[in-house]
Amino acid sequence: MSAATNAKARNAQSKKIRQFITPEGVDLQLRIASSGLRLGALIVDLILIAAALFAFSLFMLWIGAAGSGDVAFTVWMLGFFMLRTFWFIGFELGSRAATPGKRLMGIRVVARDGGRLTADAVVARNLIRELELFLPLMMIGNGASEDMVSGWTVLAGVIWSLTLSLFLLFNRDRMRMGDLIAGTWVVMAQRAKLDSDIAATQDAQAILFSDAELSVYGIFELQELERVLRGRDARAMREVADTIRAKIGRPVAEEDDVFLLSYYRQLKARLERGLLFGKRREDKYASE
Amino acid sequence: MSAAELPSFSTSRFRDEREADWIAFDLLLTKLEKRGAKALTSEELLELPILYRATLSSLSIARATSLDKALLDHLEALSIRGYFLVYGVRETRWSRTRRFFLYDWPAAVRAVWKETAIIALIIALGALTSWSLVAHNPEWYFNFVPEGLSGGRDPRASVEFLQSTIGHGKAAAGGEEESALHMFAAFLFTHNSGVSIMSFALGFAFGVPTMMLEYYQGISLGAMLAVFTGKGLGVDFGGWLFIHGTTELFAAALSGAAGLRIGTAVVFPGARGRLEAASDAGRTAGKVMVGVILMLLVAGLLEGFGRQLITDTLFRYGIGTLMLLFWLAYYYVPRREDVA
Repeated sequence: MSAATNAKARNAQSKKIRQFITPEGVDLQLRIASSGLRLGALIVDLILIAAALFAFSLFMLWIGAAGSGDVAFTVWMLGFFMLRTFWFIGFELGSRAATPGKRLMGIRVVARDGGRLTADAVVARNLIRELELFLPLMMIGNGASEDMVSGWTVLAGVIWSLTLSLFLLFNRDRMRMGDLIAGTWVVMAQRAKLDSDIAATQDAQAILFSDAELSVYGIFELQELERVLRGRDARAMREVADTIRAKIGRPVAEEDDVFLLSYYRQLKARLERGLLFGKRREDKYASE
Repeated sequence: MSAAELPSFSTSRFRDEREADWIAFDLLLTKLEKRGAKALTSEELLELPILYRATLSSLSIARATSLDKALLDHLEALSIRGYFLVYGVRETRWSRTRRFFLYDWPAAVRAVWKETAIIALIIALGALTSWSLVAHNPEWYFNFVPEGLSGGRDPRASVEFLQSTIGHGKAAAGGEEESALHMFAAFLFTHNSGVSIMSFALGFAFGVPTMMLEYYQGISLGAMLAVFTGKGLGVDFGGWLFIHGTTELFAAALSGAAGLRIGTAVVFPGARGRLEAASDAGRTAGKVMVGVILMLLVAGLLEGFGRQLITDTLFRYGIGTLMLLFWLAYYYVPRREDVA
């Protein structure tokens, strides 16, 4: 990895971040959800709707067999409509502004202007979903049923309707047609568990590193090291420990985890001290 | 300087001092999400904004001083979650619903009155076109109304048959039909809602497909009208249509208007940005569309039950007019709260 690829990765990350300033003046830095997550959420929701519909149908069939078949059919028809139209609207109006699929993927709907997510915006974005999902299917269905339409016309229709459905791939905010019209965004809303502070306790048997030994790495490397330490994978730790030892020219004298933990603590303390003095060293390629 | 002589401020100490607040805030949020604001005691409610601000301030400090990724991620996620819960819910579901019916719905419909007038004109134009064509040459009918949908109501049918389809004459007095009424009503409701949602959703394509869809609705209406008037059943058919038609066609016009609103906002955004104009229009249109679905529910009930049970033409006209007056008054009569 070189300085350029590192900078590129950071740049790509920052392109996904949108400024979102609360009334208290803190920038929450929301991250736009990727198209893959959106598709995943949609698939989960569709599966859940299908499952709910199946259960509902069985229930209604059971009721219909017991007595009034007409009433059961009527209720089924209304239930089907309600489920299809109000599954998304109902869940997104809740306090977490996310359908079960979205919750699973750790994403949620947010008003683009930073205000409250209103019911009319949720309704607008989800009624347009109807179009985005069913227009391509309708185009294919129409083409199949009418012989006079040639294959090319069908293809043109499908492509036209797909540009609507795949609209979110063509803008950097990953907005669906419905998001565009409702003024909403879908952003990451993952929960992060508060892990223990691995830099907290200084034990007596810590290895002391010199300033020169600590000055070889920056923040990027520190946080990679943190990831390895929290991962507690012995092989990864060995590999990282060997790399660091080779870099700073130390013999293999201690256990890997003791070595890495001591190095992590002292490197973190050093870099945080730099932060307090206004120096933020992004990675090892940046100057001191 | 070796690493042993650390400055007195350390991020570990920062974390030790603040961690209790974060955990308390997390617990409070979980409770709020799971059981709503009612589950919180008054002390907890008072604590909520304090803990929220403490967490945001911790986030600011941590961003400036700490390099612990796990800590930063946790604080960020907690702040985002807290922000949307603290600022998200400002009124109860009940007051939101009340406000929608009292103010928001009629206000949104009033806001799209120009578009409503245009769509109504387009429907009328469609009806007029097909009516004049079919009146001159009945063969045109088959171009406008698909066989499956007309159910035998075409120019070849006899007067008696046509009469029976609108609930008059001997053939209508079948006991078997009544059991299927609610089924029919439910079908009509779901079908019409689907069409309305489409005509709204297609609006963003500059409103052109919306207008085409509404024109087509007018066309099938006019063609039917021409067939019945041709056989001298115009007044009876009018009643058959009027009882639910005033509600249904009004709803259709509103859904088209909602779509057209978005279309015009995209084409002529005015002083605002195009995106902003589209989202403003989208919100108004969203409110109108909830209203449209409710109206179609009423229309479906009128069509499925009212029309089949009430066979007197005059009575049918009466109910239709009453419904129309009701909607017009509900939407367009000004009220005091509008000023505020």
